[in-house]
Amino acid sequence: MERLKKKAYELRRDIIEEIYNSKAGHVGGDLSVVDILTVLYYQVMNISPKNMKDENRDRFLLSKGHCVDALYMVLGDLGFFDKEEAIHSFCAFNSPYIGHPNTSVPGIEINSGSLGHGLSLGVGMALAAKMDEKTYRTYVVLGDGEMAEGSNYEAMMSASHYKLDNLCATVDLNGLQISGTTNEVMCTSDLGEKFRAFGWNVIDVKDGNDCDSLLSAYQQAALCKGQPTAVIAHTVKGKGVSFMENQKGWHHGVMNEEQYQTAVRELEEVLS
Amino acid sequence: MNHITNRQAICETLMEAAENDRTIVVACSDSRGSASLAPFAQAFPRQFIELGIAEQNLVSVSAGLASCGKKVFAASPASFLSTRSYEQVKVDVAYSGTNVTLIGISGGISYGALGMTHHSLQDIGAMACLPDMRVYVPSDRFQTARLIRELLKDEKPAYVRVSRSATEDIYGDDMDFTLNRAHVLAEGKDAVIITCGELVPYGVKAQKELERQGYDVGLIDMYCLKPIDEEAVKRAASQADVIITAEEHSPYGGLGSMVAQIVSRETKKMVVNLALPDGHLISGTNHEIFHYYGLDDLGMVAAVKKARSEG
Repeated sequence: MERLKKKAYELRRDIIEEIYNSKAGHVGGDLSVVDILTVLYYQVMNISPKNMKDENRDRFLLSKGHCVDALYMVLGDLGFFDKEEAIHSFCAFNSPYIGHPNTSVPGIEINSGSLGHGLSLGVGMALAAKMDEKTYRTYVVLGDGEMAEGSNYEAMMSASHYKLDNLCATVDLNGLQISGTTNEVMCTSDLGEKFRAFGWNVIDVKDGNDCDSLLSAYQQAALCKGQPTAVIAHTVKGKGVSFMENQKGWHHGVMNEEQYQTAVRELEEVLS
Repeated sequence: MNHITNRQAICETLMEAAENDRTIVVACSDSRGSASLAPFAQAFPRQFIELGIAEQNLVSVSAGLASCGKKVFAASPASFLSTRSYEQVKVDVAYSGTNVTLIGISGGISYGALGMTHHSLQDIGAMACLPDMRVYVPSDRFQTARLIRELLKDEKPAYVRVSRSATEDIYGDDMDFTLNRAHVLAEGKDAVIITCGELVPYGVKAQKELERQGYDVGLIDMYCLKPIDEEAVKRAASQADVIITAEEHSPYGGLGSMVAQIVSRETKKMVVNLALPDGHLISGTNHEIFHYYGLDDLGMVAAVKKARSEG
């Protein structure tokens, strides 16, 4: 089994542990976005516990901040902090590992969680790099439900206006949000066309849970000059756990013991 | 008669500082002209960012820049900056503690005849409610310049409201200035008027008129709304029988509310709050509107005399 896919499934196993322990979190989105996080953190970006204060580190923003549960597992696994501590205190009283990204946790760039902010923050970070002639890149991960927030389109406009080819947005397009399918709730279809209309380079990844396809997309994005890139990653909500896949109820569902055992068994079958 | 606005004082101060500091960035939302920041944009094009008419993006982009080491001054009409982008201010500036100074131009009823869409009668209360957000409403151009120079020295969020028209000079180039310390312009035993911003010159006139009529009246320029200078308020309340506050703001959540909280905690002295009404305002010039709602010198004089006769 290839390295990145194996890592993504190990992280899925950690996420299930964290969610089951805390009885909190957004498991469906965690499982759809984890491959994107894996490819970015383990292969693409130059971010590590050693260079987290370095001015030239790449910047990462999880605009769909409610899936921080997955990000904690990635950062913990990379050694930014003790992963076990995060698993056992996620959303607990006075824990730093709260339900949205906050800077008291090492590796988190900026506080977030309110949807529709990340892309604008990323524009600011990418602009700062251009002003200072630095080479770091800024990566922002958004949810498809989040694309109903109007501020995203202000950010898209300004990113292409300033030709921010050092900015890369990824939409975790799993097609579901808390009330139903994204098309039922608020039609944000053809997101690629929307980004293109705002002057972005768009890369469509048909299987957004496939690490090789994602890696290839980020390699192409880095080569694009004069415009920002949007990676539209078609993912599956709840990916990897059969009873959660494509079920809106698992947006922030809580597992009972039987469901937890089933989820663990399925993930371990893939890993073995 | 002074013709230099506080907006111009901000621009001059930032240009002076930017000569030696490449980290200073000014961001606007099609507001460089109305904010009097066009000279900065022209002189320092690499330190100026235009975001177009998109205040939410203005604030978040500013926060992103600040998180990468920039000292950002984001200027937009106070009405839009304090409400359209309130969420972005709350999360990306205040909660994240980014080095962004928000400049709310044409605050209060500066756009008097343009209607409620362009008034900002809630900005002081709204901004003051945000943890870690500081709120300043300077009076004249000298105080404004000194304030901006001080804010350039730290890396914390702040909201500065300035008005559209020039304010009469109160101070001079050689003024004493300590950040977050109110300017006590006069002390008094009968009453103390506490005000800020564009109303301070009215306060000066009112204080003089009341003295002429035999009243012993104090005057405080409370340009620092948050953190408010509690000691100055307590001292005034211990010395005077009545505290009068006057502000270009809604009666809720602004200077009057803040002062009343402090005075009621410390003493049983009477506090009278003069503010714009909780309603849709009459249109006119700012001076006409202040006069209509009793916020000019005549209104302050009348309020002091009424409180004294009732007390």
